[in-house]
Amino acid sequence: MKYIVTYSKALAFIILLSLSISVFAQAPDVPSPAPPQEGRIYLTNATIHTGTGKVLQNATIGFDNGKIFYLEENPVTKPDTNSGRIIDCTGKHIYPGIISTNTIIGLSEIEAVRAANDNAEVGQFNPNVKAIVSYNTDSRVTPTLRSNGVLYAQVAPQGGYVSGTSAVVQLDAWNWEDAAVKNEDGVFINWPSMFKVKSWWAEPQEFEINKDYDKELDGLKAYFKDAKSYFEAGAHEKTNLGFEAMKGLFDKSKNLYVKVYYVKEIQNAIAFAEELGVNIVLVGAKDSYMIADVLAQKKIPVILSKCHDLPTYEDEDIQQPYKTPAILQKAGVLYCISIGAFWQERNLMFEAGTASAYGLSKEEALQAITRNPAKILNLDKQIGTLERGKDASLIVSTGDVLDMKTSNIEQAYISGRKIDLGNKQKALSEKFMKKYGVN
Amino acid sequence: MLHFFRPLLVGLILLVQTSLFSQETTFHRNGPDDFREGVHAFIHATLFKTYNTKIEDATLLIRDGKVVEAGADVAIPKGAIVHDMKGKFIYPSFIDIYSSYGLPDPKKQGGNGGPQMETNTKGAYGWNQAIHADYSAIKNFIADDKKADELRKLGFGTVLTHNKDGIARGTGAAVTLASDKENNLVVKADASAHYSFNKGTSTQDYPESLMGIIALLRQTYYDAEWYKNLKDKKEYNLSLEAWNNTQSLPQIFDASYDWQNILRADKIAREFGVQYIIKGNGTEYQRIDEIKNTKARLITSLNFPKAYDVEDPYKAIWVSLEEMKHWELAPTNPAALAKAGIEFALTPADLEKKDDFLPNLRKAVKYGLDSVTALKSITQNPAEFLNITDKVGSLEPGKLANFIITSKPLFDEKCDINENWIQGKRYEIKAFAPKDIRGTYSLTFSNSSAYTLKLTGDDAAPKAIVIITDSVKPEVKLTYKGNDITLSFNPEKKKELNKIFLTGTIDSTFKNWRGKGQLANGDWISWSATQTKGPDADTSKPKKDSTAVNLSKLGKVLYPFNAYGNEETPKPENLLIKNGMVWTNEADGNLVEDVVIRSGKITLIGKNLSCADCKVLDATGKYVTSGIIDEHSHIAISYGVNEGSEASSAEVRIGDVVNATDIDIYRQLSGGVVASQLLHGSANPIGGQSGLVKLRWGFAPEKMKIEGADGFIKFALGENVKQSNWGDRAVVRYPQTRMGVEQTYYNYFTKAREYGKARAAKTPVRRDLELDALLEILKGKRFITCHSYVQSEINMLMHVSDTFGFKINTFTHILEGYKVADKIKAHGIYASTFADWWAYKYEVIDAIPYNAAILTKVGVTTAVNSDDAEMGRRLNQEAAKSIKYGGLSEIEAWKLCTLNPAKMLHLDSHMGSIKTGKDADIAIWSDNPLSIYARVEQTFVDGMRLYDSERDAQKHDEIRKERARLIQKMLDDKSAGASIQQPTPKGKNGMTIGDEN
Repeated sequence: MKYIVTYSKALAFIILLSLSISVFAQAPDVPSPAPPQEGRIYLTNATIHTGTGKVLQNATIGFDNGKIFYLEENPVTKPDTNSGRIIDCTGKHIYPGIISTNTIIGLSEIEAVRAANDNAEVGQFNPNVKAIVSYNTDSRVTPTLRSNGVLYAQVAPQGGYVSGTSAVVQLDAWNWEDAAVKNEDGVFINWPSMFKVKSWWAEPQEFEINKDYDKELDGLKAYFKDAKSYFEAGAHEKTNLGFEAMKGLFDKSKNLYVKVYYVKEIQNAIAFAEELGVNIVLVGAKDSYMIADVLAQKKIPVILSKCHDLPTYEDEDIQQPYKTPAILQKAGVLYCISIGAFWQERNLMFEAGTASAYGLSKEEALQAITRNPAKILNLDKQIGTLERGKDASLIVSTGDVLDMKTSNIEQAYISGRKIDLGNKQKALSEKFMKKYGVN
Repeated sequence: MLHFFRPLLVGLILLVQTSLFSQETTFHRNGPDDFREGVHAFIHATLFKTYNTKIEDATLLIRDGKVVEAGADVAIPKGAIVHDMKGKFIYPSFIDIYSSYGLPDPKKQGGNGGPQMETNTKGAYGWNQAIHADYSAIKNFIADDKKADELRKLGFGTVLTHNKDGIARGTGAAVTLASDKENNLVVKADASAHYSFNKGTSTQDYPESLMGIIALLRQTYYDAEWYKNLKDKKEYNLSLEAWNNTQSLPQIFDASYDWQNILRADKIAREFGVQYIIKGNGTEYQRIDEIKNTKARLITSLNFPKAYDVEDPYKAIWVSLEEMKHWELAPTNPAALAKAGIEFALTPADLEKKDDFLPNLRKAVKYGLDSVTALKSITQNPAEFLNITDKVGSLEPGKLANFIITSKPLFDEKCDINENWIQGKRYEIKAFAPKDIRGTYSLTFSNSSAYTLKLTGDDAAPKAIVIITDSVKPEVKLTYKGNDITLSFNPEKKKELNKIFLTGTIDSTFKNWRGKGQLANGDWISWSATQTKGPDADTSKPKKDSTAVNLSKLGKVLYPFNAYGNEETPKPENLLIKNGMVWTNEADGNLVEDVVIRSGKITLIGKNLSCADCKVLDATGKYVTSGIIDEHSHIAISYGVNEGSEASSAEVRIGDVVNATDIDIYRQLSGGVVASQLLHGSANPIGGQSGLVKLRWGFAPEKMKIEGADGFIKFALGENVKQSNWGDRAVVRYPQTRMGVEQTYYNYFTKAREYGKARAAKTPVRRDLELDALLEILKGKRFITCHSYVQSEINMLMHVSDTFGFKINTFTHILEGYKVADKIKAHGIYASTFADWWAYKYEVIDAIPYNAAILTKVGVTTAVNSDDAEMGRRLNQEAAKSIKYGGLSEIEAWKLCTLNPAKMLHLDSHMGSIKTGKDADIAIWSDNPLSIYARVEQTFVDGMRLYDSERDAQKHDEIRKERARLIQKMLDDKSAGASIQQPTPKGKNGMTIGDEN
């Protein structure tokens, strides 16, 4: 437990509370990170969903030093038992570790408590603020994601027009340095909104036209043009920290993640990115299904907002958010499913499950939270699928991981490290089950 | 009785025919008296003596501002000023029953934006700043000739003016729009009393919701009654005095916003034995039968929306079908009211541009409103509503001489109002078209030259040429007014600077003109013109009205009025559901069986059933369950889920504000949900009373409510009621700690107990709706659902209930319920929880997804709830999480969202399981309903198929087509130059509860 010391009574309360729990509980709120893999591990006789679209029946996967070196369906020759540990996974399902994108896990701990939030910096243009430096590996929330199979996260700042630089982390680490898969992933921006909310707070939202939309857009464009000019000019007497952080956009080593909503805004955002010559990834983009063909043709990826959502428009297909992934899939858009929150990310696999109930195949739904996000994050050489040479980051479930009725993660590995699936909630559950003598 | 006083001659009295005559007055006059009798005879008119008495070639005789006689055979007295009205039409001037003419604009009464628990109104007034029963329009009325003129131009002669501010608005005054001293304008000083659902400028926190406003109205009725009967008045209350004193006047209620508000107003009226005249906003056609059943007389608006600018298809998606359809059908509203036999008055009050009033009224006539009713709605009806038919509304002898003179029948598009006479005073609106002087003239000059002059074309603005030779026919510039005429023309082709200028007069026959003129060289010349031939007969055929409306081609009204509404009211099906996997929730468990539903009930369950008059639904491979029941929902509530302004709002009722048009009802049905407890929010320790509804999509609000359901009430604990997360200003309202929350309960329940004793002892105790509700709890007649999180507060409330001897029904949310599950069980309390929510605020730091399973295992009847319109349609998934977290069986898990919530809502005798005799509330699923892959195929409520996935797919097609049709129509409107509005996306419409500026 690594809390920055303040003299808040609330903090003292938290510490007291957690101490009192640890007296009874079997595991701490945040289990220790796993040590590096030692020796080969084989998971045998499993149904392996590789994330490439294939399902291998009665298959075995072997990994060493964190990398997969063995993957066979109905292996003819059994793996050499002397060369490593064999774990029988008969009847179980193995999947690539799930990747959560556009999340504030580790930046926010308790939504309503101001002190527990590090997700939005003040000001409009903050490309140089970096998620990685405030990513809290000791969050009590993170273990609840891991235990459901989420092993990686793209952690992204949220404020202003230019929110900051995202990071990709693996979710089992002592500190953010250990956690980092990518320290500086891409720049997140909030696209100016064509509308402003005007309705009374308790009512469903009603909007009015944002008369300043064009002006706000011009401001954003001017900022990016200045940043590009700064990049192209090379050396500078005076350093602009923001523009330094944006260089990667113009040499295309970083993505520009644009949070955008309506199709008109999406069109504007695409034109903006084309004008500036940056790699754009749409984030949220509930209307993206309306221009799926354009996105496919222009090869613009989408980090899609949650499926478990209501339609945007009253007339829209009432199941539209459930069906959007299948529309993007069919059109050939590279997309992944996201939630855009933190504690809720443990339900990411069920969002994909719903998308499968409404048009995706189960393997496509799996890809939408494994292979596809890895591709969007340019980490697909390393994670996102189970293939020889890739990281042994995988989960073992006793049943279909996409269905809450059967989803039950029994083992999880990050780069071959077998991680502790305990969490504070399990501990509390055990504590009180024991008290009542039930199980 | 109207008094006419001696005139106070204001400098510019423009009135030639003043009507102020001969009666006594208290006013002194500077200078000699100037009585004028004002006797006018309007002859040869087409006269509408009343809205439905049309007399041709009639005479209207007025004297001293009043009608003397009106009819075909009226003797014209000597000395009367005679006006020839041949070809003209005379109608009674209109009455605007919904005006605030001559009253000062309401001003905000203080308020710094922070919490304000008490009224800012100083003086011996009532406790709530939004009750202005003491306001008197007549005492504040100051005539405003500029504003009056705007209304006179539209044809209005009389208005009912009142202060459009607050929930009770005081009295209205009926006044004419003449320009005179206020004393002379009053038709009826106290003509009406006004109410509304809008707190207006009040800055007091209470009420902050529509249900709070309704509760305040209800309480004020009781308070006023109590006050009236109070012998020894310790409290003098100007507001209640005025309230009581104005009850005998016509009671006018502003229920604008949507048709549901009309029903809400009517419900209050019925409760207190009054009959309101209700002001709507023009959406009444969307539920005309229910509106008719109120038997209320209505005031409604002609506020027809502009077409949306839908030229960009991506912007067109921001306009809902509801908005498009309302655009098309709004002009049918008056006709729908007329057809239903509802008496109504029309007002220009809601119009952005008042000038649209007559054009819109004519539009309504085109859209099926008969012109007799149209005229009645602006003359006779408003007069009748206000009991002032003795003075205005028609032109019978003795009534005010308030009438308009028009050029054509009123509902003709080309009709001009030429004059509006009010109390015998003439106001010219548009000059009468000049005399028709078209024809052929012989134009002769003193130098003996003579030409032919021809006037043709429009009778009001004829074109003239002078024929000099066969090839030289210059145009003549001709102007004339009254008897003056000027002409100029250039007699020689091509030559510039050679104009002849003529001026002259027309004689009384209009056939001979004569005068002088000047030639180009400056020489004077005499001239004359004599008509040799009258105008050519008009041989052009009357044009077909290109704007005629084909009423049969208009879209249909949907119930409710949005994209997923139905044209017909749904009916229960007699249905044999064959061979499905039936999850009974009963001892039988889950098994493949047939189910017969009939007249809304489950009538048979078994193998190989047959049913002669049933449709058959083959459910082979499907799952048949009782519908989902959501213990904690906030959908379908109009204008405010919280009345969180005070620590207790036990008096407010969600049942007053059920919103039957909420699209989320349909969306919940698509998730197999059949019933919901619509809960008050969690803003205060004692919230409001619940509404228990079945999701009867397509029915009016009252019909959604579950008949005979027990009364429930929302309580809340913790951060929300302490206002912990409401920002730095919300530190005023008690309580701010969990300690204070406990004492709040002690205080209210102590009060309620004492109140109960006093009422039982029949001492005269003021009826207090808040304490009534609490007393019901103490008597075990109302049941608490308490929002709760941490174990200390859960424990606390159980102690409170033990102390006062009542039973808590349900702890809802109850995320730390697992910590005190044994105590909850011992108290026999139900638990309704989120499946896996946590980390959103400090008090849910210890929330765990195992909660439902642990509570269940300890023996607490447990449910999962949504609190959320989105999650509400996936409660099957939320229930399934208890299998993952805590290992409940499928049967146990399924009960979490069906039978268990039915038990906690006391509905399990007829809902919550598949059992003979229970309600046919059934969902049919494509897969195991606890699986993420399960889709709802049909949802039945009381045997009515309210969701069907195939029908829903068809709907998408229909919606697309109907939208396309309306978009084409709007584009037509736009290219025809109609004014348009820009689209914006909308969730649902909002209503302003108060003045938010």
